[in-house]
Amino acid sequence: MEAPTWKNPVIGWIDRRLPIFTMMQHDLVDYPTPKNLNYWWNFGSLAGIVLVIMIATGVVLAMQYTPHVNHAFESVERIMRDVNYGWLLRYLHMNGASMFFIVVYIHMFRGLYYGSYKAPRELLWIIGVFILLAMMATAFMGYVLPWGQMSFWGATVITNLFSAIPLVGEYIVTWLWGGFSVDNATLNRFFSLHYLMPFVIFALVFLHLVALHTSKSNNPLGIDVKGPQDTIPFTPYYTAKDMFGLGVFMIVYLGFVFFAPNFFGEPDNYIKANPMVTPPHIVPEWYFLPFYAILRAITFDLFWGLIPAKLLGVIAMFGSIIVLVFLPWLDRSPVRSARFRPIYKQFFWIFLIDCFLLGYAGANPPEGYFVILGQVATAYYFAHFLIIIPLLGFLERPRPLPASISAAVTAKGAGVPARSAAE
Amino acid sequence: MKKILAATALAAALWAPAAGASSEAPTPPSVEWSFNGLFGTFDRGQLQRGYQVYAEVCHSCHALSLMAFRNLQQIGFSEEQVAQLAAQFEVQDGPNDEGDMFMRPARASDHVPSPFANEQAARFANNGAYPPDQSLIVKARKGGSDYIHGILVGYRDPPPEGVTLNEGMHFNDYFPGHQIAMAPPLSDGRVEYADGTEATLDQQAKDVTAFLTWVSEPTLEERRRLGISVILFLIVLTGLLYALKRQIWSDVDH
Amino acid sequence: MAETVATSPPHMDEGETRRDFLLIATGVVGAVGAGLAVWPFIHSMNPAADTLALASTGVNLAPVQVGQRITVVWRGKPVFIDHRPEADIKAAADVDLSKLVDPEPDSARVQKPEWLIVVGVCTHLGCIPLGQKSGENRGPYGGWFCPCHGSMYDTSGRIRQGPAPKNLVVPPYQFTADTTIKIG
Repeated sequence: MEAPTWKNPVIGWIDRRLPIFTMMQHDLVDYPTPKNLNYWWNFGSLAGIVLVIMIATGVVLAMQYTPHVNHAFESVERIMRDVNYGWLLRYLHMNGASMFFIVVYIHMFRGLYYGSYKAPRELLWIIGVFILLAMMATAFMGYVLPWGQMSFWGATVITNLFSAIPLVGEYIVTWLWGGFSVDNATLNRFFSLHYLMPFVIFALVFLHLVALHTSKSNNPLGIDVKGPQDTIPFTPYYTAKDMFGLGVFMIVYLGFVFFAPNFFGEPDNYIKANPMVTPPHIVPEWYFLPFYAILRAITFDLFWGLIPAKLLGVIAMFGSIIVLVFLPWLDRSPVRSARFRPIYKQFFWIFLIDCFLLGYAGANPPEGYFVILGQVATAYYFAHFLIIIPLLGFLERPRPLPASISAAVTAKGAGVPARSAAE
Repeated sequence: MKKILAATALAAALWAPAAGASSEAPTPPSVEWSFNGLFGTFDRGQLQRGYQVYAEVCHSCHALSLMAFRNLQQIGFSEEQVAQLAAQFEVQDGPNDEGDMFMRPARASDHVPSPFANEQAARFANNGAYPPDQSLIVKARKGGSDYIHGILVGYRDPPPEGVTLNEGMHFNDYFPGHQIAMAPPLSDGRVEYADGTEATLDQQAKDVTAFLTWVSEPTLEERRRLGISVILFLIVLTGLLYALKRQIWSDVDH
Repeated sequence: MAETVATSPPHMDEGETRRDFLLIATGVVGAVGAGLAVWPFIHSMNPAADTLALASTGVNLAPVQVGQRITVVWRGKPVFIDHRPEADIKAAADVDLSKLVDPEPDSARVQKPEWLIVVGVCTHLGCIPLGQKSGENRGPYGGWFCPCHGSMYDTSGRIRQGPAPKNLVVPPYQFTADTTIKIG
């Protein structure tokens, strides 16, 4: 890539010493992008924008928030009542968390559908898994800060997961708490880490982008770019498309903020934390429900009690995310996009439904029918990654791939849908 | 239930039939609140009557610690009226020059003083039950305003046949488990309204519920007002962005 | 797409103009939106409603002896109350206004000559001047002396020497009775 010459002498002067403008030109303007990306590709940049919104609102909220068990709840209500536009900033932050997960989950399922995790994008995908883990930690700690009943009991239940670790579990939990229960020390460290983590996420996102711009974007056909006729520059084409997507997203996001701000929330979190009373039905935030269901699905010991159910549940829950790290190697199919994988495509949708079933099981009390549902859905979740996907790599006969992106696009332009052209 | 709805929002009501989960108590009747819907607003007169019910009835047991008297100006009381309403309560101040705490009439900037010094005192005075703070009661209960109104009008005395109440408990249709420690707080004519509204049980229940809804979410009207202009603005902007995107992409086969 | 493919080559200029117009219109609307969106963030850092409503401070002056100075807190800042003796009142009144950095007659700074009430924050850079306790350095003009950068105030709280540009600020207050005041 040749450094462009800058007309403006000041920019030129700076750029010769610190090539930020060349980098921006290279990665935000010239970046050759496949010309056939559909709207599912909007969610990556959208996630980045939501991260920025979360950091911006979080920074001003932190100026008004008091991380102390006696004041946290009241300080949040002071933000809601007395701080200028405090209610807006707080609702933006609160709903922003939900939006962040919606956007990222769509982004991930897009990757699953179009095989974006496959060579040469394995590291890009794995960094993404770590971003998800960091987001989960951040969201969990953030939910503790308002110090409502769900905050407190969510923190108690989740930190107690670590007590399942053999031998040192109890010590680890005490260390996490900085005491003998979730208390002021816990709240303080969660606040500190909640403020730190977004910047860790930011760094991971940067690496995610470096990896992306090294291996370049995948596309709905899942085939490699063959030459310049397959790509268009990122700006203006995808900047315009991303901005339009952002507009639609903001209507949805602010629709919730202004007209249904507590839609994703739990009434119990408007009750101040009471360490003596557990709410009758505690549930995590919706974005954790599938994982919560996996945690609760394990009700049996393994190896004659050598691995107790509690430990197994924790392993299964973390395993359900860690398995994603190995996905690039579990999937042996040479074809990326589900468009050309007729059987995988079916299983993709079944897997998506399975995730909703897990969420449904996680939202309901672990009784009767819901226990069985959670267990079957959990078994299927792992079977999808550990059995179905590896087997499909050998058993499935993919459809023939188009010769190139531009060939497929031209065929479509001539009135023949790309899909049937490929068949 | 909301969790399910949230999840289904992603997949176009994949699981809509699941929403009918059973609960212990029947659903309270839905009231036609003035603040219902996307554009509803509070009825100032109703909020003022509701404050009267709170101050004269509820306050003997329930705190309202997140509301300052100055907030009452938002529901149409004048500055002088607020000062008068505040002065009917005593708050602790101090220490004075001799180091002692002392009581003085409340000012507009004070928060509503709590009827009990602490939770233990409240439980001691109420047979072990703790009357919850009402500052967020509408947002902190499933069913919101309808539920609070339902509780206030849902008492049955004597209880239905076959129900044995525990000592000191009262039967309520809409309370989970039906046994509630709070005695029926309202009855016809419990307060006398200055504006001539007839103080029936249902009227008082509606007024105080509307007032508590406002205390739970005092920025509701501002939020909706701002929301309408923001969404309209975004629709215009997004329309422009769509036109721009189409223009820019018009020379690409894709 | 077919429609634009057909029209763009013959009407290139028209297309270009339309795109420019759209770009500018969208840019302007977007910039306005972004500008408005910044306001809640900035405004959230302004004093909140509870801060603005902070109670005014009531002070009982009866126990304050002539010559005694007391400090009360108002809006988180110290307020100096000086029960001035006759000599101090006279000294403050007799100053030649033309010699002052911030000319103001003593009569304009007090409601009752024996009570001087000023915010005890140096107008230079916000330190609290000395002179409230007996035995503290009151500076050569008998008022207050700021130890940070040596500003000297007289018995009317006016700046006489040193870097401070303004007299000590007189807060809004009123006598609610003969010997009680309400500040704010």
